[in-house]
Amino acid sequence: MLNQLTISELTAKLAKREVSSRAATQACLDQIARVDGQVHAFLNHDAADALAQADAADKAIAAGATHAQQPLLGVPIAVKDVIAVKGQPLTCGSKILGKFISPYDATVTEKLRAAGAIVFGRLNMDEFAMGSSTENSAFGVTRNPWDTARIPGGSSGGSAAAVAADECIATLGSDTGGSVRQPAANCGCVGLKPTYGRVSRYGLVAFASSLDQIGPLTKDVRDAATMLKVISGHDQRDSTSLPEAVPDFSASLGHSIKGMKLGLPKEYMIGGLDPEVKLAVEAAVAQLTKLGAEIVEISLPHTDYAVATYYIIATAEASANLARFDGIRYGARVDGADPIELYSKTRGAGFGAEVKRRIILGTYVLSSGYHDAYYLRAQKVRTLIRQDFLKAFEQVDAIVAPTTPTAAFKIGEKSEDPLQLYLGDIFTLSCNLAGICGISVPCGFTKSPKLPIGLQLLGRPMGEATLLRVAHAYEQGTGWHQEKSPLARG
Amino acid sequence: MEYEAVIGLETHVQLKTKSKMWCGCANQYGAEPNTNVCPVCLGLPGVLPVPNDEALRLTVLTGFLLNCEIPRFAKFDRKSYFYPDMPKNYQITQYDKPSTANGFVEFEFNGSGSTDGRSRVRITRAHLEEDVGKSTHFERNSGLDFNRAGVPLMEIVSEPDITSADMAYEYLNALKEILVQGGVSDCDMEKGQVRCDVNVSVRPVGTKELGAKIEIKNMNSFSGVRRALDYEIPRQIEAVKRGEKLIQSTRRWDDVAGITEQMRTKEDAHDYRYFPDPDLMPSAPDEAWIASVKSRVVELPEARKQRLMREYQLPAGDAEVFKSNVELGNYFEGIAKQAKNPKAVANWVINNLQARIAEVSMFMMVEPGFNQTQMGFFGLDDLKFKPEAILELVNLVESKAISHSAAQQVFAEMFDTGKSPALIVQEKGLAQVSDTGAIEKFCDEAIAANPNPVADYKAGKLAALNSLKGQVMKLSKGKANPALVGEILERKLKS
Repeated sequence: MLNQLTISELTAKLAKREVSSRAATQACLDQIARVDGQVHAFLNHDAADALAQADAADKAIAAGATHAQQPLLGVPIAVKDVIAVKGQPLTCGSKILGKFISPYDATVTEKLRAAGAIVFGRLNMDEFAMGSSTENSAFGVTRNPWDTARIPGGSSGGSAAAVAADECIATLGSDTGGSVRQPAANCGCVGLKPTYGRVSRYGLVAFASSLDQIGPLTKDVRDAATMLKVISGHDQRDSTSLPEAVPDFSASLGHSIKGMKLGLPKEYMIGGLDPEVKLAVEAAVAQLTKLGAEIVEISLPHTDYAVATYYIIATAEASANLARFDGIRYGARVDGADPIELYSKTRGAGFGAEVKRRIILGTYVLSSGYHDAYYLRAQKVRTLIRQDFLKAFEQVDAIVAPTTPTAAFKIGEKSEDPLQLYLGDIFTLSCNLAGICGISVPCGFTKSPKLPIGLQLLGRPMGEATLLRVAHAYEQGTGWHQEKSPLARG
Repeated sequence: MEYEAVIGLETHVQLKTKSKMWCGCANQYGAEPNTNVCPVCLGLPGVLPVPNDEALRLTVLTGFLLNCEIPRFAKFDRKSYFYPDMPKNYQITQYDKPSTANGFVEFEFNGSGSTDGRSRVRITRAHLEEDVGKSTHFERNSGLDFNRAGVPLMEIVSEPDITSADMAYEYLNALKEILVQGGVSDCDMEKGQVRCDVNVSVRPVGTKELGAKIEIKNMNSFSGVRRALDYEIPRQIEAVKRGEKLIQSTRRWDDVAGITEQMRTKEDAHDYRYFPDPDLMPSAPDEAWIASVKSRVVELPEARKQRLMREYQLPAGDAEVFKSNVELGNYFEGIAKQAKNPKAVANWVINNLQARIAEVSMFMMVEPGFNQTQMGFFGLDDLKFKPEAILELVNLVESKAISHSAAQQVFAEMFDTGKSPALIVQEKGLAQVSDTGAIEKFCDEAIAANPNPVADYKAGKLAALNSLKGQVMKLSKGKANPALVGEILERKLKS
């Protein structure tokens, strides 16, 4: 089953001409046809276009193109519906964009194409990436391939579920407060949030511009390294992208982690942490010790303020970012007698409840008279949170933590209680506030039902190579990532 | 009780850049609607702004031209409000950290608030932002053109140092002249490159507290600003005198009716919810960058005028011509430095050269096949003679080698052919005749041929001498030295 392969497995077979990209792509399309009715990871996909790209890749391989030049040559990759692909729909899981077709490629899309990937399909997500369950999509909920009664996590729920159900080889998601790492943990795959500025945001529809990063969701750590290398790099079209050189992340894999110092933040071992998750993380820590790492207890004293800080800054930025969806130039429109009525009706009908809640929150915290008490204060706390991490990284090479306090919950279980949902992001959102990098790797399962648990590793700014090295060493000593979800098994 | 007006102006100026503020689209007026647009300036989902370095340079250059401070840290903020012609529904602007601040403009103005015919208006700040698109309203719907959306726009905010409509008018003209000559903006009103918001209040003379600030929005001509203030200031004073309490509000100028009308009051003012734009890095220019901008600073018009008067002893009128016509001024200075009598050079450059160029230009404009878009089609660069020829011509006159009327012929010839004055004088035999023998002969002829003026002169009508002088000049084909002609005629008639 070619759709079950990792990037490294598939490219090895393609290079040896054992299989064709067309066959691999067809296998993915077949799997989508077989299981996506149950998973609903994809909002849409163009099978003919995917196969045409695959044929072009096969031709290139036949003509001598190599994976050294094009690391993703012939590999089917699907992207979250928040990343622009020229000629394909771009809805961000929202009704407000109507039948919008992107007239341009995001920088990451160009990079995927340049690396030879078959870029196909639009993956479901919480509307405008606001949520952590994919229940906020205007186009139906995505289901967890391990248990279809449960959420896949979010907001990149479609990206995680598609990988976990072997509907494609790897995917791209976006992570503003954990939206790549959290669904990766919930679905049992690897999810990487790069350092802010590592990957260009050009063509990523903004939720919170100072927090958003595009990241890969993959079947193992090696694939994450391959994907990160492809999508990283300075981009003149994104003023916040960093001019740092892109290392060969794969080259850092396979090295021992003996003598490395890993920090365990005492603030993360909180009351709300599920006992099974706690056990799995402790077992992972023991495994890392066995591999020669030294575990140090560290403190991130401002952790308690992270959720509040995040929901002020993220919503403030979102309130302006989403102002452009007004029905004037593109997207859905509900007419009105004057522009104000047109805006109210269009945005009233076009946005879902969670998006409206966040726009209102963000508008409020920026309002005259409240701006200093909320927005300005949150910015100051954000600086303190970043300093917490930078101080910790003076002591340790990486930080070990749970990705989520619990495994995937049932669809509908928390949708009436947004605050409870927001608190579920407690371990992931500090990473975005601090602008550092993080990765979630599978570290076990709950017993009954059997649901994946994620281990989170956090690294220094631009410290992805170290992060991947630790994650890879851990992964090689365990078999968690090789376990297949019931839907992938078929 | 006497009242006075307190006026501050916010002047928006489109910068002279090739491309827009955040994208590579052309900054160009008059193109077909929605042709200079791209995903970035249309605010499509997922796009990001990239600052135009030249626009930042022109803003800092303006800072230098307006005697401002150049902060080492500036940033861009988002100003949120919904309007159909604004693609993102927020405008990127500089809120609390502008690229330049705290300067002043000095200009000639006679009136209250001026000393020795000069006035100073302090500049609060000049900041960089983006222009919006343009709405056109039809009978049943509206059209939007986003060609202008994202064009770099600079807002120059003055302190409330202006006290009258005339002073506002002169300030705006001075500002425009500085920006045009500084290469910052073309300030073409017809193309909407300059727009103004006027803040005006009144208070009893001698008091310090400001009255309720009333803003007149979106003025697109300087004369409009003057007219609006000429209406608004008495309106406010009369209202206050009636005992009415004015409230902070925004008004619209109706140019046809010649009145201002209230649009909204403070209560329904926008809350713009400014915050730093997370898509853009703060601008922290280094010394080298600032120095390279500073090297582009030109002499300010007013300073130039004063200097020309000082260095070349020019009268104010001549210096004024060279102040507003920089090219002509440079032409003048290029040769005046070597001239013994710069004023004479100025006369030739202004009265003859400038006038002749204007004539030729007019002539070309009425020629069939003339292309209206090619403005500036005939100018100093197109002259056939070198600037030094003017100097040579002046020297010929000064040394009395040719007469004034001969000099006019020489100029006309050198303008047409580019030949040197000396060559023309030689070819046309225009050298002034100072040979008394030859002149005496012409005088005798003139006296013999014109008995009437001779009789008049002898009867005491001294002006008749001019008529005889003219005859002699005619006989000498303009070459006789006029001073000698006068002397000889007088001697002959009195004897």
